[in-house]
Amino acid sequence: MIPTQWFLLLSVGLLVIGILGVLLRRNVLVMLMSIELMLNAANINLVAFSQLWHAVTGQVFAVFVIADAAAEAVVGLALIVALFRNKETVNADEMDLLKW
Amino acid sequence: MPLGPAGCLAFKAVPARNMLSNFFQLGDYIILKPEILLSIFGLAILLLDLFLDDAHKYWNAILALAGLAFAIIQVGLFWEAAMAHPGFLPYAAFDGRFTLDFFAIYLQLVILAATAIVILISVRYLEIEKAHHGEYYALLLLAAVGMMALAAGTDLIVLFIALELMALSEYVLTGFLRRSRRSNEAAVKFLLLGAFSSGLLLYGMSLLYGIAGSTKLSVISARLAERPADDPLSWIAMITLLAGLYFKIAAVPFHQWTPDAYEGAPTSITAFLSVGPKVASFALFLRLMIGCLWPLRQEWQALTIGVAIATLTLGNLAAITQTNVKRFFGYSTISHVGYLLLGVVAVGSGPSGRQGLTAILIYLLVYAFMNLGAFAVVVMLRRKNIIGDEMNDFAGLMSRAPLPAVLMVIFLLSLAGIPPTAGFIGKYYIFLSLIETRHYALAVLGVAYAVVALYYYFRIVALMFMKEAQDTVPLASGPGLRLALAVTLGLTLFIGIYPEPFIALAQQAMRPFFS
Repeated sequence: MIPTQWFLLLSVGLLVIGILGVLLRRNVLVMLMSIELMLNAANINLVAFSQLWHAVTGQVFAVFVIADAAAEAVVGLALIVALFRNKETVNADEMDLLKW
Repeated sequence: MPLGPAGCLAFKAVPARNMLSNFFQLGDYIILKPEILLSIFGLAILLLDLFLDDAHKYWNAILALAGLAFAIIQVGLFWEAAMAHPGFLPYAAFDGRFTLDFFAIYLQLVILAATAIVILISVRYLEIEKAHHGEYYALLLLAAVGMMALAAGTDLIVLFIALELMALSEYVLTGFLRRSRRSNEAAVKFLLLGAFSSGLLLYGMSLLYGIAGSTKLSVISARLAERPADDPLSWIAMITLLAGLYFKIAAVPFHQWTPDAYEGAPTSITAFLSVGPKVASFALFLRLMIGCLWPLRQEWQALTIGVAIATLTLGNLAAITQTNVKRFFGYSTISHVGYLLLGVVAVGSGPSGRQGLTAILIYLLVYAFMNLGAFAVVVMLRRKNIIGDEMNDFAGLMSRAPLPAVLMVIFLLSLAGIPPTAGFIGKYYIFLSLIETRHYALAVLGVAYAVVALYYYFRIVALMFMKEAQDTVPLASGPGLRLALAVTLGLTLFIGIYPEPFIALAQQAMRPFFS
């Protein structure tokens, strides 16, 4: 069986990629994808710990998180489409009506 | 079997026979009745909206208010039952995952009242914006359900789902004016930063689950106490959790979304964002810090001192130069979060900081009503063809509309913390708890920034009384706005003059944590 530490390393890597993606990339869609990476990093943790503790709670939590990620993507994409109709851009730097 | 609170008592007496009946006792669903009622009303509004023409959309608001009234009565009945049967609370429903205690009841009542006032000030505003859709009220009610569950949840899964239910509703409401580019932009920025903070928070929660092997806060707290103080896993979990929570309550350096979201959102939703989610996020913050990370309290207290000072400084200084009223209130909210964090610092001192929790609870109650009152006046400035969210729109308000101008002065005095208004009581208890826990320097800093706050709140007063009016279009008004102003004014003055009953309530609400 793969030790839990390896899963933790993978999830930390995913979390860091996700955080850097949100902070450095300027395309709103890529930022949304990076956020999904962060949620998946947490999911890997939850499932790995669920294995470690021989308890199903972590997997149940992960299923809820997946459903939440889907809802977040729906709302996010809908808002981006609404923005794109009024101003044809998906670049965060060009969203300058309100000062960042 | 009666389905009221008394029914809960009967079920509580029956011992559980097997695993499944631990999770599915009828009494548990009675505890959830306010949330279930609000959800049903929210969905009913979506259906009703299909049959209403544009002139009758206000029926959506009436239905939403009816739902909120039912929920308030139900929560009030729980309180009454707890008074009659001392053993009734805390009621740990669903195997200890959803705990109804005085803390939850108190904050749920504040959240429900704030949501009702937001609906009262929305009707006229949405008619003027030509965005009077039923979804608005449905989303408000669903956000209220999420906030109520945040106040009562004692399990990581419940808290996370409740948080997301609140947050997703907020994102959509912020972008509710589909044709306004400012509204779109605010919603996208709010969504990106809000989802980012949820991701951080979730990562911290996953580590806590790894430490304890359970998602229940009480179990996690016990396991954390067993670990060594310099355990790296607990530290990473605490830091990611705190970063996510600081985002949600808009503390510096995680505050950037607040002014943008506040400026772009519809004004009635700005009022909602500045009150409801703040109360709920502080409920989550306190549940996690006291109910779960209590063994690490020295560490999170040290971090919170730094964040509180930064929040007070930036919020107060940035508010001075703002020209947009909604952005101004964004920074004003950040400064109030700074005061609430001072209360959290007092709580972190251990059992001697129990007054800090009372102070936070009073401050949240007081802040909700005075801020909604001020926003009700800002909403009145939105008229046909006049956006009315610039500072200069307040110019000469005294000569044009004396009553709203005087009310605004009272709300601003309260926000600045001047007696005999309610804001003074809130700040007084925060400072008192700081002095009791020997944080004298922080208390002095808080008082100093209260003087700065007086200056920037009085910029609006000076504009209203000294300047010439720019236009003569009368202010928007309606029965909802008038009722909202009367309620917020009444409470702001009443709590300021006769605070004893409210302080007694807050002390009772504090007891689940410090018995």
